[in-house]
Amino acid sequence: MFKSKNLLIGANRLNRRFQSTLVIAEHNEKNLTAITQNAVTAAQKIGGDVTVLVAGTDCAAVAEQVSKLKGVSKVLLAQNAAFKGHTAETVTDAVVSLQNQLKFTHILAGASAFGKNVTPRIAAKLDVSPISDIIGVKSQDTFVRTIYAGNAIQTLKAKDAVKVLTIRGTNFEAAADGGNAAVENAPEIKVTEGLSTFLGQEISKSDRPELTSAKVIISGGRGLKSGDNFKLLYDLADKFGAAVGASRAAVDAGYVPNDLQIGQTGKIVAPDLYIAVGISGAIQHLAGMKDSKTIVAINKDPEAPIFQVSDHGLVADLFKAVPELTEKL
Amino acid sequence: MVRVLVGVKRVIDYAVKIRVKPDKSGVVTEGVKHSMNPFDEIAVEEAVKLKEKSIAKEIIAVSVGPTQSQEVIRTALAMGADRGIHVEVPAKEAELLQPIHVSKILAKLAQDEKIDLIVVGKQAIDDDANQTAQMTAAYLDWPQGTFCSKIEKVGEGYKIEREIDGGLEALALKAPAVLSADLRLNTPRYATLPNIMKAKKKPIKKVTPSELGVDTSPRIEILSVEEPPVRQAGSVVPDVDTLIAKLKEGGHVK
Repeated sequence: MFKSKNLLIGANRLNRRFQSTLVIAEHNEKNLTAITQNAVTAAQKIGGDVTVLVAGTDCAAVAEQVSKLKGVSKVLLAQNAAFKGHTAETVTDAVVSLQNQLKFTHILAGASAFGKNVTPRIAAKLDVSPISDIIGVKSQDTFVRTIYAGNAIQTLKAKDAVKVLTIRGTNFEAAADGGNAAVENAPEIKVTEGLSTFLGQEISKSDRPELTSAKVIISGGRGLKSGDNFKLLYDLADKFGAAVGASRAAVDAGYVPNDLQIGQTGKIVAPDLYIAVGISGAIQHLAGMKDSKTIVAINKDPEAPIFQVSDHGLVADLFKAVPELTEKL
Repeated sequence: MVRVLVGVKRVIDYAVKIRVKPDKSGVVTEGVKHSMNPFDEIAVEEAVKLKEKSIAKEIIAVSVGPTQSQEVIRTALAMGADRGIHVEVPAKEAELLQPIHVSKILAKLAQDEKIDLIVVGKQAIDDDANQTAQMTAAYLDWPQGTFCSKIEKVGEGYKIEREIDGGLEALALKAPAVLSADLRLNTPRYATLPNIMKAKKKPIKKVTPSELGVDTSPRIEILSVEEPPVRQAGSVVPDVDTLIAKLKEGGHVK
């Protein structure tokens, strides 16, 4: 009886070995970045075992957080001073070395600045074609992504044996807590140092929710006319507990720093409520926000393209309408 | 002084509203205005700036694609690149060309032309892949500086500032390196008429991927290209009070 049970487990393992995904965790050494939770969900959609790699200089706490996520079967912890700054060169070495030993069928990361930087380098080292920013998983080799700034949806079948993917965070639910995966030290990894050196970061400090995961976003464009006027939006955002974003025009004009930019070349967001203030609605901006559940547009130009995608449009001078809205809420 | 390779892609102009083909095989490209990928213009501008600062001695502009790709090479030459290389791929095959193929081509050319620095745009606005710089760097085993908003030559290497999700990050890269340009890196110059005329005399070498020993067989099969779901037309509200009422209805405001 024992024997048959063992055999069964063996067969199951074999089956699962057939599909196995490595998710590359993104973190700041202390906390896991939210998009990794979305990546774990995408990995589960592909099926099979989900292993998460946490590579960093001092990140045991992050591995602990990952091990509690539902759907994670194993956490591999790789701590090494060489991972400082999580440069593409060192993280690639880690993943490629793991891949050579453990033979995953899928390698996955969030389509954030981190994931976009690292995954194509990994794919090239494995000589496979990576697939960026997928919005859906149809099967283990068929994926959905957008092209032309979200104006067309492409379904493609990957022919390579190993699939290296980044996932669009807003299209996959975040994996919740409730798991209990084992944390293991990753097998030995050779890292080549010296190609690039991390010098430092300048992170914009804000008490507001993070843009890509905020439930409500108030966004401003060229119509705000100055950086000071963004205060109107911050006041309104306080009423909602919202994040504040911006169009490329507002960033280029220097009103706000560029990490607030929403669009094809900035961040892709899909909050419950998106309030676009003084934003015309250029293709490149719509690419970043048109999957929002409810879109409100406040613009004085009734012909602005933003009104073609907004659920509720208000044709009004923002300098009157926004303070009035803030006051009445 | 360094020799710079700049990758430029011919794409549908950013201002064009694209149309999906009725047979769902792709988007309509015939008779549609094309131009240089905006991020590549920034890459060319940065290379020309490096030459003006006497850091670069020669700039080679490369484009991979059908015959018309020569137009974007000419644009790069008019902006200040010294010569061009057109890697010709028939239009039909070019549709299935991916960053993996282009980066192998760029890597091979970098070796053949003894290049010290490769600059490309961070992504092409047609396939939105954002892969070519990273993959080229991997094939050459060079460091990569992606999403650059500032590039400085420091000693034997480069100091770059790059745009990351929370703000900015600084890296020191050992030369040779591959860099990708983000929007904030610079403002590309316009090609003046005299420079456009001069560019006509600059040489463009033609090669094929097979001459470079690069296999361009497709790594993906496109199953369909479709229109995104259309949002239901909303309404215009007359005043702030009605807007608040609508937000209450939707459960956004208590």
